Amino acid sequence: MGRITLDKVRKSFGAIEVIPPLDLTIEDGEFVVFVGPSGCGKSTLLRLIAGLEDVSGGEIRIDGKDATDVPPAKRGLAMVFQSYALYPHMSVRKNIAFPLRMAGMDKAEQDRRVDDAARVLNLTDYLDRRPGQLSGGQRQRVAIGRAIVREPAAFLFDEPLSNLDAALRVGMRLEISELHERLKTTMIYVTHDQVEAMTMADKIVVLNAGRIEQVGSPLELYRQPRNLFVAGFIGSPKMNLITGPEAEKRGAHTIGIRPEHIKVSDDDTCIWRGTVGVSEHLGSDTFFHIHMPSRDEPLTVRAGGDVDLYHGDHICLTPDEAHMHRFDEKGNRIE
Amino acid sequence: MARAVTASRKALTTAIAGALAFLMFFPILWIVVLSLKTEVDAIRAPWQVLTSGWTFESYGAVQERSDYFKHFWNSVIIAFGSTLLGLVIAVPAAWAMAFVPGKRTKDVLMWMLSTKMLPPVGVLVPIYLLFINIGLLDTRFGLVIVLMLINLPIIIWMLYTYFREIPGEILEAARMDGASLREEVLYVLTPMAIPGMASTVLLNVILAWNEAFWTLNLTASKAAPLTAFIASYSSPEGLFYAKLSAASVMAIAPILIMGWFSQKQLVRGLTFGAVK
Repeated sequence: MGRITLDKVRKSFGAIEVIPPLDLTIEDGEFVVFVGPSGCGKSTLLRLIAGLEDVSGGEIRIDGKDATDVPPAKRGLAMVFQSYALYPHMSVRKNIAFPLRMAGMDKAEQDRRVDDAARVLNLTDYLDRRPGQLSGGQRQRVAIGRAIVREPAAFLFDEPLSNLDAALRVGMRLEISELHERLKTTMIYVTHDQVEAMTMADKIVVLNAGRIEQVGSPLELYRQPRNLFVAGFIGSPKMNLITGPEAEKRGAHTIGIRPEHIKVSDDDTCIWRGTVGVSEHLGSDTFFHIHMPSRDEPLTVRAGGDVDLYHGDHICLTPDEAHMHRFDEKGNRIE
Repeated sequence: MARAVTASRKALTTAIAGALAFLMFFPILWIVVLSLKTEVDAIRAPWQVLTSGWTFESYGAVQERSDYFKHFWNSVIIAFGSTLLGLVIAVPAAWAMAFVPGKRTKDVLMWMLSTKMLPPVGVLVPIYLLFINIGLLDTRFGLVIVLMLINLPIIIWMLYTYFREIPGEILEAARMDGASLREEVLYVLTPMAIPGMASTVLLNVILAWNEAFWTLNLTASKAAPLTAFIASYSSPEGLFYAKLSAASVMAIAPILIMGWFSQKQLVRGLTFGAVK
């Protein structure tokens, strides 16, 4: 079981409040991703749940029991750190067995569990090596192994893939998702990478300046961002945000349109006109950065891979009105 | 980028470095030479000293007059005892300052260092009187306590520096893995800090071994270490150069040998964190 409830949890460092009172419920077995720009308090929130930081107010409940003042070791949670945080003087086997040894488990059971975890994570051949002799991906697997053997109520991941190269990151992302499918244990995952958030999460929590901006499934956030911050943060390339007459015409202060919801055409029936600035031809897709006389920032447009338009070409654009997002002066969504 | 070094320049630098090294080592070399002479030859002009005959008689005379091994054991117990006791106190102190620093941690560190700026003679009388009253005068235990206290700031500073280099996340991982504070220090922090601890021990053993002010003033005969053993040869009746030199060689030989074999560790320890 691993249902985690935060009730008016608050954290300040001295006079600086990094997390204003915050409520959140994480259901048992859910894969929840905390995402937000750096300094938004997502890691702090994770550390509060882990017990590595003390809350300044409010209550944390794990499976209904108050865990606010319970030390980290007694919360039944396991954590995977960005820096792996392996014990450099111990072999892989000893690293993975460490939590079991601390729990006073007998040696035979320790070995059995370590061997199981090593098999799942493809580490069997490396059990006698030291962390220094492993690659980044293998080290991260050892860190995950150390977390699995404890059979925790929930896993906490603090930007676990940030130190890996791009190719490895994609592989590890799949491995962690598969692990979640198999174990069905609650996972809380912190990242600033919205692709990780979109691909892995059952539920995304978007944080900004310690506040929750929106909670929902990846597609909910993508399709119905509650405010400008979420609209701008979720999605890559970013949603185009337009103010001025075009927005007023649609009864909003700001309108948002995703790059894939703008149609490129060369006839005269279009609504917006511009000139191609940078064009990124990826083969499958083409991203155009369009300069328009009415805007300082270029408009990003996604077109098919076979659209042959280049720098300086004139372009004609038609936004898909059904996919237009509207926001008021305060930045909140207008339904 | 590597700088180009010409062969002649390299030779010149090597020669200067060699000369400086010789200059620094010369007093010790000269003591060794004098210790192998008769008293008469030892006070002659330097070139006559070198050309006269060699003998081990001073060593025999020194061992006959005062029991070297008794002093040696006193030195060993005082130097290692004070260092190990210091370590027991310094590890938790350095842990606290490195991993849970408070607002005043820096001040506390500076204050500890400032105690080293006080001339020891300033507190000699009160400590001497204290020692008489509690019966610690001329005891090895008393010296262990005093030397531990005077070296404690250095031990804490050194350990603090090493501990600071250990990523806090590893200790947090241990905490998440269910380690108690004691287990965290014992199984994770200490093994990782062993190189640093080893150089701390080495340096403090050397400092305690060579400490002369307190060992001379707080001992008479029972607890007298090798420093007192050397001092006993600068007698008011006149200086016996050869015997004094022989006693000095016997006193510094153990620590010199230890230093020689551990120099790599010592240099690594003293320059730790200097290049990052």
